[in-house]
Amino acid sequence: MKGNFIDNLPKVYGIYTGGFIGFIIIMAIGEQMGMTAKAIGICFVAFTIFIYALIGWLSRTAQADAYYVAGRQVPTVFNGMATAADWMSGASFVAMAGGIYFKGYGYMALLVGWTGGYVLVATLLAPYLRKFGCYTVPDFIGTRYGGNLTRLLAVIVLTVASFTYVTAQINATGTIASVALDIPFQYAVYVGLVSILLCSMLGGMRGVTWTQVAQYIVLIIAYLLPVFWISNEIGAGFFPHFMLADEVARIGELEQQYGFVKNSAADLANVPKGLAGITKAHSAVNATPWAFISLALAMMMGTASLPHVMMRYFTTPSVKAARKSVGWSLFFIFLLYSSAPMLATLSKLSLIDPTLPTGIIGKSIAEVQAIDWYQNWNQANLMFVSDFNGNGTLELNEFFMGGKAVVLATPEIAGLPYVISGLVAAGGMAAAMSTADGLILAIANAISHDVYFKMIDPKAETAKRLTVARVLLVVIGFAGATIAAMEIQGILGSVIWAFDFAMSGLFFPLVLGVWWKRANREGAIAGMALGLISGFAYLIWVRNGGSGFLGITQLTFGIFGSAVSLVAMVVVSLMTSAPNAATQKMVDNVRVPSGRSVI
Amino acid sequence: MSKQEQHWEKTRGLLFVTLAIWFVFSIGIFLFGAEMNEVGGPFGYPLTYWFTCQGSLGIFVILIFWFAGRQEKIDEEFGFAEREDD
Repeated sequence: MKGNFIDNLPKVYGIYTGGFIGFIIIMAIGEQMGMTAKAIGICFVAFTIFIYALIGWLSRTAQADAYYVAGRQVPTVFNGMATAADWMSGASFVAMAGGIYFKGYGYMALLVGWTGGYVLVATLLAPYLRKFGCYTVPDFIGTRYGGNLTRLLAVIVLTVASFTYVTAQINATGTIASVALDIPFQYAVYVGLVSILLCSMLGGMRGVTWTQVAQYIVLIIAYLLPVFWISNEIGAGFFPHFMLADEVARIGELEQQYGFVKNSAADLANVPKGLAGITKAHSAVNATPWAFISLALAMMMGTASLPHVMMRYFTTPSVKAARKSVGWSLFFIFLLYSSAPMLATLSKLSLIDPTLPTGIIGKSIAEVQAIDWYQNWNQANLMFVSDFNGNGTLELNEFFMGGKAVVLATPEIAGLPYVISGLVAAGGMAAAMSTADGLILAIANAISHDVYFKMIDPKAETAKRLTVARVLLVVIGFAGATIAAMEIQGILGSVIWAFDFAMSGLFFPLVLGVWWKRANREGAIAGMALGLISGFAYLIWVRNGGSGFLGITQLTFGIFGSAVSLVAMVVVSLMTSAPNAATQKMVDNVRVPSGRSVI
Repeated sequence: MSKQEQHWEKTRGLLFVTLAIWFVFSIGIFLFGAEMNEVGGPFGYPLTYWFTCQGSLGIFVILIFWFAGRQEKIDEEFGFAEREDD
């Protein structure tokens, strides 16, 4: 039966995709027949969550191998889709196009960083960790370097990085659930959490894998359909990726014409918190090379150190499949990432070009304030206009928008039916849920496998181990939701920090574990501990008004942390004795795909 | 040199080549971002802009598949490839 399921995957997900498209069509018909916008939103979010929960329930398991690594039988392409969903968070889905819209080139370093990192994953780590045969990332560190302290430190770094990230995801599910279901954010956060746990609790990695594939299909349809539709609607071209050169150039012209007028602090004080105006050029290079490169570099090294991504490659049937699977992951990510700048372009042009019917810059303030969609999004606290110079006309510097509005509001602005907005909400929910699931599972698995099973009670039976794992899953989820409900950082701020934490503590201990035989336990301990501490210290210093050095900001503090980690690891390793023969042999064994796994 | 050492030497060689290409398209070209953006790129986009939103990303995808294929060849050459039933 199991083998059957794997063989039938293309058919199963083919039917699922067809069913989802059918559902979109039914909703579209419902809209024509007078279904309210709110009802459509609720249907989309509730229906998709129900499907994920169903998959989660069908994937329930009582076996450790299935719970931790999905039985190591996930085919390359499907693992690629699952990784892409795991990877693309609520931030990628909801906030990325917005970031590009407001910050242009400087922000697009994230696009390069969040894709380039996969080259490091494919070449330096994934195939070797797959050969190793570990259940978790700390499992590799603990076995390669030996000793409980290395294992524990790896768990700590993993937890710090993943937890920073997961609160942002639960926050995003809460935001979307509160808008779509029309309930207060404090409750919506817990609705999001319960949906997340439904996918992962019964089936562990197996449940998460098959729900993530389903979530990828929803989120990619929800992202691409509006981009193509809007592009056609405003006459920009039927395939936006190849056809927006004129639009990009036109935005440049309009920017020249309007100029970027700086608002006074007194004027800005009236703008609701979290909203921003367009202050940076769209396609011109507006950041120094180092600002761009350092951000891209930090994100690339962070990508290669984040455990929830790495552990997806533990589920492939072979080392060869793990390598290919990284390529597929990046291909599926590419589909969305290459569309985000196009969406930002379409969104910006349709708002600022006075020759388009949707353009609002240059119209009278009163006229803009009377537009339906403006009123809706103004009420949702995502749009704001104010006549700073008192001339009665809306200027570029008098229009403010929240970052999320680019993805959430553009379909409505371009005049697409509401069914698309419902679809987008379901896509955002899928993106945030899939990432949250991967992260919570990474933390709970590390604590249950590495701390509980390997350190506290090595004789525990499978049933007991899995019970511990599930209890931890719930506890960590609730802790994340509680912090998310407090709304400390914006969605993207804490996401970027997670990359920096991960690279500070884990990048070099992981990479050198495979590529440098001489690396030993003492070196790894120094590398993880000093890397994480120095990165953390740098962040606190810069956050409290420290000037920083070498242009390393609070977004790129991982560059400092990982540099300290590298130096500490090399120096301490060389000062202490080389690893024993058994460890050296283990490394040799990891370096070739054939033969039995190491653990 | 043992078979395993030769295999590792070739694997390392492939790593350096792959990382060199990766370096060029993730870091190298952006040292000249401002100058490059004056030049027209594919589909009429400014060149640097095109690299940040499509070019570099697409090159990474191709690079990983190319790397995976080459590494498989190296593994097979030295008899370290996995058996089909693995």
